[in-house]
Order: sequence, then C-alpha cells, then structure tokens
Amino acid sequence: MNDILIIGSGVIGLSTARALSRYKASIRVIDAAYDVSEGCSKANSAIVHAGYDAEPGTLKARLNVRGSEMYPDLCRELGVPYRRNGALILAFSEDDRGTIEKLYQQGITNGVKELRIIEREEILQLEPQTNPEVVCALLVPTSAITSPYEVCYAMADHAAVNGVTFGFGECVESMSYEDGVWHVKTSTGEETARVVINCAGADSAKFHNQMSGKEEAKIVNRRGQYYILDHPDVLPFDHTMFQCPTKMGKGILVAPTVHGNVLLGPTAEDVDDPKDVSTTAEGLAQVVKACKLTWPNVSVRTAVTNFSGMRAHEVHGDFMVGKVCEHGYEAAGMESPGLSAAPAVGEMLEEIIAREENLEKKECWLPAPERPKPFNEMTDEERVEAIRKDPLYGKIICRCEVVTEAEIRAAIRRPVGATSLDGVKRRTRAGMGRCQGGFCSPRVVEILAEELNLPMTSICKGGPGSELLVGTIQEAMGKEAAGV
Amino acid sequence: MIQKDLVIVGGGPAGLAAAISAWEDGIRNMIVLEREAQPGGILRQCIHNGFGLHRFGEELTGPEYAQRDIAKARELGIPIACDTTVLSVTEDKHVTCVSTTEGLQVIEAKAVILAMGCRERPRGALGTPGTRCAGIYTAGTAQKFVNLEGFMPGKRVVILGSGDIGLIMARRMTLQGAKVLACVELMPFSSGLNRNIVQCLHDYDIPLYLSHTVTGIEGRDRLTGVTVSEVGPDRRPIPGTEMHFDCDTLLLSVGLIPENELSRGAHVELSPVTSGAVVTDQLETSVPGIYACGNVLHVHDLVDFVSEESFKAGHAAAEMIQHGRETSDTIRVVDGEGVRGTVPQIIRKGTKEEIRLMFRPAAVYKNASVVVSCGDKEIARKRAMIFTPGEMAVIPVAPEKLEGIDGEITVKMEVRK
Repeated sequence: MNDILIIGSGVIGLSTARALSRYKASIRVIDAAYDVSEGCSKANSAIVHAGYDAEPGTLKARLNVRGSEMYPDLCRELGVPYRRNGALILAFSEDDRGTIEKLYQQGITNGVKELRIIEREEILQLEPQTNPEVVCALLVPTSAITSPYEVCYAMADHAAVNGVTFGFGECVESMSYEDGVWHVKTSTGEETARVVINCAGADSAKFHNQMSGKEEAKIVNRRGQYYILDHPDVLPFDHTMFQCPTKMGKGILVAPTVHGNVLLGPTAEDVDDPKDVSTTAEGLAQVVKACKLTWPNVSVRTAVTNFSGMRAHEVHGDFMVGKVCEHGYEAAGMESPGLSAAPAVGEMLEEIIAREENLEKKECWLPAPERPKPFNEMTDEERVEAIRKDPLYGKIICRCEVVTEAEIRAAIRRPVGATSLDGVKRRTRAGMGRCQGGFCSPRVVEILAEELNLPMTSICKGGPGSELLVGTIQEAMGKEAAGV
Repeated sequence: MIQKDLVIVGGGPAGLAAAISAWEDGIRNMIVLEREAQPGGILRQCIHNGFGLHRFGEELTGPEYAQRDIAKARELGIPIACDTTVLSVTEDKHVTCVSTTEGLQVIEAKAVILAMGCRERPRGALGTPGTRCAGIYTAGTAQKFVNLEGFMPGKRVVILGSGDIGLIMARRMTLQGAKVLACVELMPFSSGLNRNIVQCLHDYDIPLYLSHTVTGIEGRDRLTGVTVSEVGPDRRPIPGTEMHFDCDTLLLSVGLIPENELSRGAHVELSPVTSGAVVTDQLETSVPGIYACGNVLHVHDLVDFVSEESFKAGHAAAEMIQHGRETSDTIRVVDGEGVRGTVPQIIRKGTKEEIRLMFRPAAVYKNASVVVSCGDKEIARKRAMIFTPGEMAVIPVAPEKLEGIDGEITVKMEVRK
C-alpha cells in the first residue's frame, strides 16, 4: 500500500507528485497510457500564458499568474527549454479593440505585469509579417513558450529520483474508500493508498463525481487541430500571435516553438471521445484560413506534420483544485491555462495535502537529474568534449534534428525512460524533423530493442497494439506457405 | 585543421563515381565521407534488378551496381570514411564532420562535391488528415526494414503514390507474403517508370487507381483502414467516390526531395523547381569550388545517369583543383512549356563539350518533341513517341550550336498537331 496514489501522469499529476516528493510519504502515479504526458499535456500550444485571459477572482486567474511566475526557475531547475518571447493579441476591428481593452483591464486586475496596448505602426515594427489591416494589439511581454512534454518528462524524472513510482497501462475502473484505505481497481489489478489525488484530465470529472458522491462535474472534450512547420531560416514571428479570444477558447494562433518550428492552430471542436485525436480535412483547412488573418503569407508547404490535442473543458468553467472528500483531493477540469498553472497547482495541492494529512518534510530532497545539453545546440568545442566522453555522441541517428545515438540511449535510460518510438521522439526530437523518422526510425527501433532487451517485433510506436513490425520475413513467408 | 584537395559528401553511387573520376584525373589528397556503416547509399537496400543497363549493358541488382564502384574505389585506394556524418559545409569550404572514432573534425578543402542524395516526402508534407497510428511508412523505410533488417512492416498494404520505390515495394511485399490491395496515385499518370508499373503491379494483379488519393486514415494504435477517394482535375477529392480498404499498412511513395540542408548552410543557390542546386554544365554550384551531382542535384530515374553526371562532376572538380577556375560568360537555360527543372541551368559560353540537358516533362506527351531554342533560332530537337514525368528526358546539345548565342535558351515540349 502507498501513502498517496495520484491518478494521471500529465503535467498536473506530475507537478503534484514532484511537489509531494519533498515529504516522507510513499507516492505512486498511475496512468492508463504507457508513458507520461500522453493526454492533454502532450499536444497543445506550448504556451506559458501570462494570465490576462482568465476572469478575475477565479482559480484559473490566480493559478495561471502564479504558475507563470514559477516557470523560469522551474525550467532552469529541470533543464527544460523556456523562452519569454512575449505575445500579441491582435484586434482587426473597433469591436475587437473593446475586447483588447477588456483583456488589458483583466490582466491588470489579475496582476499581470508590463501589459500595454499598442497601435498598428508599432505592431508592424515588432512583427513585420503581421496583416497590415491590424488595428491595435495587447502586448504581453511576460507570455512565454516551453516544451510541454519535456516539462513532463523532467518532472517525472525528478519525482522518480525522489522515490515516486509509476504504473503505466493502469486504467482506473472504480474506487472505494473502506476502513481508512482507498481501493482503486484498475485494468491490471488493485492499487491501495491512504490518500488519492485525482489528476485525470479528461476523466477527472468522472472521478470527482465518484469521490464526492455528487453528479456535479462534467467534462467536454474540446479538440484542437494544429499544423507544425519545419524550422525556417528566419522565424516569421518572434512573438506568439493571438487573435481575439472567443467563448470556445483563445482562438487560432501563430507561434514559434522553443525548437524553432512554427505552430499554427488550434481549432476548437467538441467531440465525444477524448481519445479521438485525429485530424480532419475541414479542421486543417480552418487552421490555415484563420491563420491568414494574422499572417497573410501563411503556407503549409513546409509542414512537417499535423496533429490534434485535447482540452478537458469543465462545463462550470473554472479549475477544481483542492479537497473533495476525506483523504481525497483533486485537480480537475484542467484545460488551458492548465500547462501554465501546473506548477502552481502542484504547489497548492502540496500545501493543502501536507497540512491535512500531516506530512513531514524529508531531510534531503534530491535535485532534478542534470539534463545534458542537446548535441544540436552544442558548440563545436562542446561536441568535441561530448564525443571524447562518450563516442556515441559521434554517431548521428536523426539527420533532420541532429540527434546522436548517445542521446537516444540516454532517453531510454532516464529514470522514467522512453519505451517506444514516440517516447524516444519526444524525449530527443529524433524523428521530429522534415523526414518524420523516415531515415532514423529503423535504427531507433533497433536501439530500443537492444536497450529494453526485447525483440524488434515488440517495439511499439506508442502503447501496446501499435507494434511497428508484424514479424520477420521468414515468419511472414512461413505463414503464407502454410496458407494461414 | 585537416587540409584536403577534395572532400566528397556522400558515398552512394554519386559520391563514388565523382571520387573515381577525380582520382583517375590525378587527385590524391581526397576523402569520401559516408554517414552509413558501408558505402553504396540507397542502392544497398534496392535488391531488385534493373540497374546498370545503360552503363554496363547488363541488369544488376542495386548492391551489385554499387559493388562495382566500391571495388573500383578500393582498388584505386580512395579513402572512404564511413559512419561519418557531415554537420556543416561553409562557403569557404570548411567541412565539419563527426564520427565515433575520430570525433569532430574540420576539413578545409579546395573543392567539395555534394552527393547527399535525396529523401522521401513523409505523410506530414501531404497534410493527409486522420489518426497518427503505427503502420504508416515511407516506401523506402519499409524497404529498409524488409531488405536490410529482415522484418515485415505489415500484411495488408495500400500504397499511396506510384513512385518507383512504391511500385518496387508493392512487388516486394507481395513476394514476401503480404497482400497489396491497391496503389493509389493522385495524378492522372504514374510518376514511376513504365517497366515498374508492368513488372510490379500488372504482373501481380495489383490495381492502380489513377486520379485517386487517400482521404482518411483510421486506427488508434495500429492502422486499421484507409479511405480512398477519386480526385477531380483540381486534384481535390470528389465527395461520394469514397472506397474503403481494411489494411494494417500504408506505404507512401509520394515524391523525393534532394537533401540540401548542407547546401543551404553553404549558401548554395537552390532551384525552387528541382529543390537542388543551380549548377553550370560543369556541375558547379553558385559557390565557386562546390559541386553537386546525383539525386541531391535533381531526382534521377536511373542510377546510370547519376553515375554519368557524377563522373563529370569529379572531372570538373579535378580540373579546377589542378588548373584553377576559368570564368566565362554564361548562357541561362530556362524551362518553357511542359518542361520542369532543366539541369544544368547555366552553360559556360565557349564550352567544347556536348551539353546534356535533363528535365522532367510536366505531364505525359505523346508524339512530341523537345525543342531547345533561342528566340527563333532552333538549337536542338529530340522527338519521341512518348515523354512522361516518370522518366527523365535527356536532350544533347552540340557545343557549336551554342556559338553566337547570348542571354538565355529555352527548353520546351512541342506536340505534333
């Protein structure tokens, strides 16, 4: 039995696990998926919002602003990319100007610093690729970009070195509280714990209702489709370029990524199945059409891929963070700005749970494992040194993103290491470039098989069922000859 | 810094041929840099035959064809550094490369020949919507799994695109026991060689759907099916024409792109049509002393032509190293109607050698001629029963015909009425 069981290994569950790993308590994180960050946390706009967008007085507003303040130090500690590139929210009409003024006031009330409304001329000076029909904009210097899944991987590693354990492929079926113990039935067995924390994203309303005994929360799954463009020689925009928000969300943006790509999207469509992260021809066309308003020269000719992300929108509109029942806690309804708020959510739950459950701090909380600089970002001198220490830095596996064999093996050996092709991809960027793994994926599959001591045919793209190879050529011939 | 007369980036058929010809012209202080563990490039995984008919007058497999050049290079003593990846080439011809054994090296060269080959367009470049499940591979990746690693990527296969690798893999997967359900091509014609359509699809009763494309990809973990729709003349899907295929594998053979990241880093001027360098009839790029040949320059249909072009690049680089560069006035070669991406784009005035202009016809032309002209003056003409985008058109131009020509010459298709 564990002291604390956290359901969900997205950015919220991991932030909470990491925060609580400072205390003398055995903590286990379980997830239905086969890696961390596989739900909403993996596919979103990757923005650390400043906090002007949320309604004053809400948890969303408070945790967003606090989270945004925490990010620079957090990313430094974790060794994760973070860049305060600033954002512009564009107005294309006098009606929009009203929205901009409202956002400005809201931002001031929420405590966002350095906000300024700027006019057309200054916008075009800052971002010459902007549609010249722009009227004015809210300039948000404290808006930033990060790599959401890398935040998750690093937080998972940090939690793991401080004793947190992980259970993947464990889908929660039911839970009950008896004689001071939570019994959580999962697809693979039963987990027991003194305390349960629901950080289950799309499933968080379901667990809230089970834990509270009231049918009061409801999640709507809001899908967002995106294009990602190859890294250009010069980024078209340095700022994150928003349009005015609507009731469905913050609208379609054009943003640079921390890796120098360009992100276009998202759409906002309510769908029944939270796992339906497919893209549609209509959705992708809508992304391009909407981006044209911001960036008239937009072209998806250099697209490396398109993808969908899911937002778990709770119908009441605010985050639900805190105590639900005796020894039951939650962070539910965590849609945007959930990534931005995540460190603050962890901090808030840590504070509440430590107090309520009388947790005692450990004498020694280990720092996050050091993240070596990616080979791609090293100077020649650093590369010489890296190869001297580990010759496998001299073997380039992914040509497009310049990822070495040393880095791929290290990604698999991390505390919460990669176990799949996608896991390697997101931890190292191997396969994220313009050839989309065409050259490197056979070699990455081989390395995974070697490191995990598995046959090649067991290596998956993601979780079980996504095996990449169906058999050896001898087996395939044998079955055919046998008429199977 | 290491000093070399000649650095060749890539040890595939282009790099090997360039190396052999430069060596035979007397260049000794040279090196071929190859990122894979063995030289031979993509030919290593092309175990089918049909290579070398033009150059050797016989049908070889890919590895056999490569082996002839590898053996020749070894016999001559040409140094080939394998497992060595070039990270950058600069305008002043500093080549930075890494390997596990030598670490990071910077080589200063008098001449560089770019011979990095090409890569396949992936799904993302097409913008095909649907899920992002396992089971979607470029044809070349699948070929590597099957031919080099001995693994089958799937059992029920649909192929999108009718490029040569896709056609070859249709046959290969069939021979290996898989069921290939269809080959689907967006254009009203195939982009592959006719002999491959016949020998890889027709001979195995694999249907080819021209003017069709994949409009849906299904399957959460592994691919479970694709939707195929007919497209109109605007290449957009026609609603109501959807067909569904239950399959676990989708192979993509939707075009090859010269791999010019290093060229771009060296500020070599690239052609938006070929995606390769703009070169002279000496295969020299816009950066003096940097040459390009093979599929990094433009995507060829036959390796024989890659070798031919690369021998020329090797000679030209050797000539430059030994005798310096001669600058001369130039004639610009321009694509006319029905012609895409003629190489070379620049001809030196007063050249004494035959020029071989190569390009891809923009569509299928029957009973047509390729005409090279300057204003009203016809410089060369070549007639054929058929020109198709799947086969490179080659038109020789005699040097004496270029005497007195100024400015530019145009290459165009002329259909006999």
